[in-house]
Amino acid sequence: MAIAVPALVAPGQGERVDWRLAAPLGLVYLGLFAGPLLLLIGISFFEDSELAKPGLASWRRFWGDAFYRGVVVDTLRLGLLTVAATTLLAYPLGLVFCASGPRVQKALIFIILLPLLTSVVIRTFAWIVILAREGVINNTLIALGLTSTPLKLLQTELGLVMALTQIELPLMLLPLLTVMRQIDPNLIDASRALGASRWRTFFRVLLPLSIPGWIAGATLVFASACTAFISQSVIGGASLVYLPALIWQQSMVVYHWPFAAVAAVTLLVSVLAGISLFGALERAARTR
Amino acid sequence: MRMPPQPLTLDGLTHGYGAGLAVDNVTLEVRGGELVALLGPSGCGKTTLLRIIGGFVTQISGSVIIGDRRVDSYPPNQREVGVVFQNYALFPHMTVAENIAYGLAARGVSKALQRERVAEMLATVQMTAFAERKPRQLSGGQQQRVALARALAVRPRILLLDEPFAALDKNLRLDLQIEIKRLQRQFGLTAILVTHDQDEAMSIADKIAVMNKGRIEQLGSPIDIYDDPSTLFVNSFIGSSNLLAGTIERLEAGTFGVRLDNGAFWPVASNRSFARGDAVFASVRPEQLTLATAEAPGRFPVNHALSLPIGGMLLHDVRETNGAKLKVAEPRVPGTSLSMGGAAWCGLAANARPSLFPRP
Repeated sequence: MAIAVPALVAPGQGERVDWRLAAPLGLVYLGLFAGPLLLLIGISFFEDSELAKPGLASWRRFWGDAFYRGVVVDTLRLGLLTVAATTLLAYPLGLVFCASGPRVQKALIFIILLPLLTSVVIRTFAWIVILAREGVINNTLIALGLTSTPLKLLQTELGLVMALTQIELPLMLLPLLTVMRQIDPNLIDASRALGASRWRTFFRVLLPLSIPGWIAGATLVFASACTAFISQSVIGGASLVYLPALIWQQSMVVYHWPFAAVAAVTLLVSVLAGISLFGALERAARTR
Repeated sequence: MRMPPQPLTLDGLTHGYGAGLAVDNVTLEVRGGELVALLGPSGCGKTTLLRIIGGFVTQISGSVIIGDRRVDSYPPNQREVGVVFQNYALFPHMTVAENIAYGLAARGVSKALQRERVAEMLATVQMTAFAERKPRQLSGGQQQRVALARALAVRPRILLLDEPFAALDKNLRLDLQIEIKRLQRQFGLTAILVTHDQDEAMSIADKIAVMNKGRIEQLGSPIDIYDDPSTLFVNSFIGSSNLLAGTIERLEAGTFGVRLDNGAFWPVASNRSFARGDAVFASVRPEQLTLATAEAPGRFPVNHALSLPIGGMLLHDVRETNGAKLKVAEPRVPGTSLSMGGAAWCGLAANARPSLFPRP
């Protein structure tokens, strides 16, 4: 099974691109994505739920309230924590993957892809069983005598990061493994022969060369974790509020569309900011 | 502070991947400062042997002794071995100077000394102007020089060369062969060269170990191996040769009278022992055969099919009467035109020394 990351290849010089080929999809995007997006931005500049009074009041109310600012920070932190956790799990597996033969590699790819065959809703509910007071983790910890009272994992950031890490891990692994697999194994031998330890070889050779794969994985995981409405709501519950749930509540419960639009645009911009941060990291690593 | 040349001893090395042994009980002694070529077809175990010496592969049994140290339990980073890979394996994210400094930094050499050593190595391989380039901005030959400089910068005990010229074109190859030989002499390095190219092995190795099926078939100087191959495999792998079937007809001291199947009778000197009536192959190099227009003792009839001018030589493709193909190489007389086709007589050139092998 081959995995591939779409590569943005610039057309060769002198090669003419017939842009009409992009017209069908372009028109669909224009009508169903760009249009509504502009509409959304427009709605955010109304002050009342009846969309009668244009103004900046919705923006001021959102950004003037420490609670809503906190929701933005919590959402981005959730994304970053999930990226960190998936990174820590993905690299060791990547090393195993690179050192394995083709048959083991195929088996590993299958195991990595397996969770994707199950719906996110099902996987999220499975995590409730694992994280609950009487769940797998707590029962195991109590049986081992490591704790006498069950830990509170549901409706905590820790439990949510654990669940999201499992759910988003394939998105980190697939691009990372694709890039790591392309690293010439002779480079590792060369590093070792030159006197470098395994750790030095990892940090000086494998890590820098795998950064493009990590950037791609981190971008996917970050965007996906920040916007994981179902997992955030089901595992985070009512006590943890993130931007997607806020948008839903404002638009479907409170019916204050301008305020929901502000939250939506904020979510979009902050996720894009996070993604461009990873891009900047890559450029910094490349020019170093 | 330069180390004296370090000898290398391989003692009964054996290694196998799955069925069959990739390296089968190989014992080899390399004197300090010697360049030994491991020569053989692909799959003969030469690369596995190199990887065992470098510590990248662990042998099933036997040991590797570099200088006075038995290094079997040493990981690659403690063996003090310089390796030049076929694809050079330069670190693509580092500049030329950073590549050369890599091994020094790993050994905790001070920045000042690193800079000094990098400058010295760049000068040694004439790459000073390219210090700040990335490997992808260099040609194959330039990458090769950097790879050499990187391997030599850490002053290894021995140098391992894994098909280092395979990816280079022919003219460049010769230049770099001379360059490697020069550096190996200059640094007093013991070196192992893995190659499947017999010309390469002949031109730069002090000794050649011809490998086949995980074993060393013959170890000797390039001239010994070419002139006196010990087995039929070595004979056919080194240079080109013609095999003529025959039978031992007469025995004299050190010389065998061989009646070839084509009728000719050749007296052949050999230090192998044969009995009267033994079936043998007489192997002759193309340059040890000659074509003539008249019949004479020791000549047999052939049909001259084709002649190719190869530099100063003419390579004749001739057929025996039974259809077997032979190659005959003669110095080309300048100015003469090729006489193509027709019947001729083929015999041994003056001073020719055919080899005799038992014929199964």
